[in-house]
Amino acid sequence: MKSKFSTGLIHIFLISYSLIAVLPILLVVMNSFKVRKAIFGTPLAFPTAETFSLVGYVKVLGNANIGFYFFNSMSVTLISMAAVLLFGAMAAWALAEYRFKGSDVLALFLSIGIMVPIRLGSISILNMMVSFDLVNTRLALILVYTAQGLPMAIFILSEFISQIPRDLRDAARCDGVPEIAIFFQVIAPLLRPAIATVAVFTVVPIWNDLWFPLLLAPGNDTQTITLGIQQFIGQYITDWNSVLAALSVAIIPVLLIYLIFSRQLISGLTAGAVK
Amino acid sequence: MIKNNARRLFLLIFFLGPAVIVYTIFSVYPLLATMSLSTFTADQSGVRHFVGLDNYILLVIDKDWRDPFWNAFLNNIWFFIIHMLVQNPIGIAIAGLLSLPRLKFRATYRTLIFTPTMLSVVIIGFSWNLILSPLWGISEGFLKFLGLGSLFQPWLGLESSALITIGLISVWQFVGIPLMLIYAALLNVPSELVDAARIDGLSHLRIFFSVKLPLIAPTIGLVSILTFVGNFNAFDLVYSIKGALAGPNFSTDLLGTFFYRTFFGNQLQLGSPTMGATIATAMFLIILIGVCVYLYGIQRRLERHSF
Amino acid sequence: MGKLRLLKIALAATTLAATMAAAHAGNLKIESWRNDDADIWNSKIIPAFNKSHPDIKVEFAPTAPKEYNAALNARLAGGTAGDLITCRPFDASLELFNKGNLAPLNDLKGMANFSDVAKSAWTTDDGKTTFCLPMASVIHGFMYNKDALKKVGASEPKTMEEFYALLEKLKKDGTYVPLVLGTADQWESATMGFQNIGPNYWKGEEGRNALIKGTQKLTDAPYVATFKELAKWGPYLGSGYQAQTYPDSQNLFSLGKAAIYAAGSWDISTFRAQGNVPLGAFKAPPPAGQSDCYISDHTDIGIGLNAASKNAADARVFLDWMATSEFAEIFANSLPGFFPLSNAKITVKDDVAATFLSWRGECKSTIRNSYQILSRGTPNLENELWNVSAQVINAKMSPEDATKQLQAGLAKWYKPQQ
Repeated sequence: MKSKFSTGLIHIFLISYSLIAVLPILLVVMNSFKVRKAIFGTPLAFPTAETFSLVGYVKVLGNANIGFYFFNSMSVTLISMAAVLLFGAMAAWALAEYRFKGSDVLALFLSIGIMVPIRLGSISILNMMVSFDLVNTRLALILVYTAQGLPMAIFILSEFISQIPRDLRDAARCDGVPEIAIFFQVIAPLLRPAIATVAVFTVVPIWNDLWFPLLLAPGNDTQTITLGIQQFIGQYITDWNSVLAALSVAIIPVLLIYLIFSRQLISGLTAGAVK
Repeated sequence: MIKNNARRLFLLIFFLGPAVIVYTIFSVYPLLATMSLSTFTADQSGVRHFVGLDNYILLVIDKDWRDPFWNAFLNNIWFFIIHMLVQNPIGIAIAGLLSLPRLKFRATYRTLIFTPTMLSVVIIGFSWNLILSPLWGISEGFLKFLGLGSLFQPWLGLESSALITIGLISVWQFVGIPLMLIYAALLNVPSELVDAARIDGLSHLRIFFSVKLPLIAPTIGLVSILTFVGNFNAFDLVYSIKGALAGPNFSTDLLGTFFYRTFFGNQLQLGSPTMGATIATAMFLIILIGVCVYLYGIQRRLERHSF
Repeated sequence: MGKLRLLKIALAATTLAATMAAAHAGNLKIESWRNDDADIWNSKIIPAFNKSHPDIKVEFAPTAPKEYNAALNARLAGGTAGDLITCRPFDASLELFNKGNLAPLNDLKGMANFSDVAKSAWTTDDGKTTFCLPMASVIHGFMYNKDALKKVGASEPKTMEEFYALLEKLKKDGTYVPLVLGTADQWESATMGFQNIGPNYWKGEEGRNALIKGTQKLTDAPYVATFKELAKWGPYLGSGYQAQTYPDSQNLFSLGKAAIYAAGSWDISTFRAQGNVPLGAFKAPPPAGQSDCYISDHTDIGIGLNAASKNAADARVFLDWMATSEFAEIFANSLPGFFPLSNAKITVKDDVAATFLSWRGECKSTIRNSYQILSRGTPNLENELWNVSAQVINAKMSPEDATKQLQAGLAKWYKPQQ
C-alpha cells in the first residue's frame, strides 16, 4: 500500500517536471496555429475553428528558403559530426593505447578546448578563412566546428575506449592483424554506442550556432537554418504569427533528430562513456 | 628496433595527426592570437602598439573597467551558484527516480525532460520572454488561476530578480545534461550492491543516499566542473533576452556579455579588440584556475570506483 | 578498410560541392541593419534602380541591428564585407573611415544635393572629408490612437501640463494603457524618452553645442528637468513595463490596447503594415509658458563605399542614383517615417509622416546630444544614458543622481568638461 502510494508520488513529480520542460515549447507551437488576436487574447487556449490560421506558416515557407537552409544545416552538421567522430576516435585511441613521451601533455593540450569557447578567437579565424579563400563556404563552418567538437569528443571517447577489454585487441595482435586494421575493424565498431553521446555534445551546439554562420557564411547560398530563422524573426519581430511559425519550424527538425537518437543516447552513456 | 620506432611514429602521426592539426589551426592558434592581442593597444587609425601588461593593469585598477569587471564576475558566480543549487540537485533527483527499478514510462520522462536542452537560445530566449512578459499575460494568468495573481512581477525587468530569472531559464534548458550523465552513472552501479542493501532492509531512499550517491561522486564532480566551465562561458541567453547592455543597470551582465560588448562595441560604443582580448584572457585564466582547483583539490579526493 | 575509404570519398565529395556552391559573386552587395526594410528594397528600390541601370545587379544583405556593428566590423577586418555599407551616424562610421574601411566621397557628384547640416554626421572633425552619403533622418514625437482620445474627449496636448492631464484622464477611463514605453531594452528609455522630450529643455542645438564646448554640464537644470519629467511617467505605463521589450511596445500599441506611443517616426511603417489603429501624432510638448519648440530630427542613416570594394565604379553609380530626387521620392514613400536628407523637394503621401515632417517648419531641429563626439570615451555616454534613463523611469534612481552619474562619466575623459 505504502509502496503504491510512493510510486504514485514519484509519477506525479516526474509528470509535473516533464510538463515544466515541455509546456513552454508546446505553447509556442500551439499559438503558431492561431490568428494574431487570439494569440494575445487567449494564449492558453487550443486553436479552435475560428482562431485556427496557417498565415504564419504561409509567410515563413513562402518567404525564406527554408528547404535550402535546412540542407545547409544538415550537411554542415553531419559532415562535422562525422569528422569529429572519426578524428576524435582515432586520437582517443592513440592516446589511450600508445603511451608515449608527452602523451599526458598532449591530452591536456587537447582538453584546453573544452574550457575556452572558440568564439574568443573569431577574428583570427575569419582572417584565416579569408586567406584560404573559404569565406561563404560550408567548408569553413565544418572546419571550425570540427575543431570545436574534437576536445569533448576525445575526452568522452578516451574514457569509452579505456573500457574496452584488453583481450580483444591483444587477441587480434596475436593473429598478426596490423594496428590500423585493429582500430577500424575491431575497435571502431565497438564505438557505435558512443556516437549518440558525442552527438549530443557536438551536434546540438553546431546545429544551434548563430555566431559562426553570421561571421563565416552569411551569404544566401550558405545560410544555416538557425541563422535564417534568426534573420526572419528580426525582420518580422512584431508579426507574432510569423515569429511563432518560424520558431516551430526550427524546433521540429531538432526534435525529430533527437527522437531518432534518444535510444542510442542512453545506451551510449550507460556503456560507460562518461563516469 | 629502429624500424619498430619508425612504425610507431607513423602510427602516432596517422591516428593523432588529423585531430591535432585541425584543432591546432582552427582553435588553439586563434585563441593564442587573441591572447597576444591583449598586450597591444590601437590608436585612432587602427595601428597597434605593444604595451605589455598595461591593459591588464587598466582592467584591475581603472574604476571604469574594474567595476564592470567585478560586477560581471560576481554575477557570474551567482549564476554558477544558482546552477549548483538548483540544476544539479534537480538533475540528481530526477536521475535517482528514473533509475528506480520497475518504473513505468521511464523513456518518455527522459525524452521529455531532455527536450529543452536540444533547442537553440534563439528559441528559448524568445519563448521565455513571451511567457514571462506582462503583456502576453501567460505567467500572470497562470498564477491567477492558482489564486496567486498578486505574486506576479515583471521578473525579467527588475534589478532584484532579472539575474535569478535568467539563471532559472538556463537551468530549465540545461538540466538534461547532469540528468543524463548521472542517470548513466546510476545505471552502472552494480546491482549486487543494491540487492545486498535491499536484503539488509534498507529503503530506496537510504540505498540512494548511502550506497549509490557515494559511488557516483566522481560523476557529480565532473558535472560540477562542466557546469562551472559552461557558466563562465555563458553569453547567448543573456544576450538574446537582455541584449549586450545586460540590463537593468547591468544586473544580468556576465563575463561573456562584458567581453562581447568590449570586443565588438555597442551602438555608439566602439569595439576595442585589444581590451576585449584582455577580458577574454582573464576569463580563460579564471576558468583555468577553477579547473585546477577541481583537478588537484577535489577530484583527487573522490576516489574512482571501477565496477 | 572499405568503410573508411567510402567515408573519405564522401567527405571529399561534399566539401568539393560545398566549395563550388560558394563561388559566384560580382554584383553589388549592401550591408545594412535595416532588416525590417528588406522587402521594400527588394520589391521597390532595387527594381527602380535597375530600370535605368539594368546591367548592375544589387543585393540587399541586412544583418539584425543587434549584431550589425559586430558582424560588419568582423567582415571588414576579414575583407568579406559588402560594397556599400549603411553608416551609423558620427563616431562608429568615423572610426571606419579612420581605419581606412570607408572611401572618401567628396568627389561624388551627387554629394552636391546635400546641405552641410545633412552631411555633418558623416564628415571628419575638420569638416574636410565626407565619407557617407546622407540617406535619412528620423524625427521623435508621440503617436496616438485617435479612438482613445475620442473616448476621453480630449485633443492633442500643447504643453507638458496638458500632456499629463491627458494621461491622467486616460488612466481614470481605464480602457487604454495611457502611455507606451518599455524599459527592458533600455535604448527605448533613452531614445524615445530622454532624447524625445529633452530638446525643449536644453533648447536643441544651443544646449547640444554647449555640452560639446563644455559651457554646460549634464548636471545643469535642463537635464535634471528632463529626467524629472521621465520620472513621472511610470504610473501611466503598461503593467510590468520594466520587462516590456520594444516589440512588446509595438504590439501593445498596434493591437489597439494603448493610447499614446512615445515614438520614433520610423515606427510609422510598422504600424501601417500591422493594421487598423487610426493614427495621429503630436510633437513633444514644451513646458507651459515656453513659446519656442524644439524637435529631435536625427540624421540616422547614411551609406558609404567600402574602400576595399572590387566594384567601386558600379557602387559610385548606385550612390549617385541614391542622391537623386527619384530615390528620395521612392524611399520617403515606401518607408514613411524615414525622411530623405537631400535638397530635393518631395511630397510625403502618408499623413502621419507628413505631420512629423511639418514640425520642421514649426520648431527648431536638433540631433541627439550624445551622438557627436561625446560618446568617444570610456565610460561611453550613450551606454550610460540607456542605463540611467531606464533606471529613472523604473523609479530606481533620482533625476539628480542620474545627471551626476552622466556628468562624472563624461568629465572623466572629456577635457572641455573637466
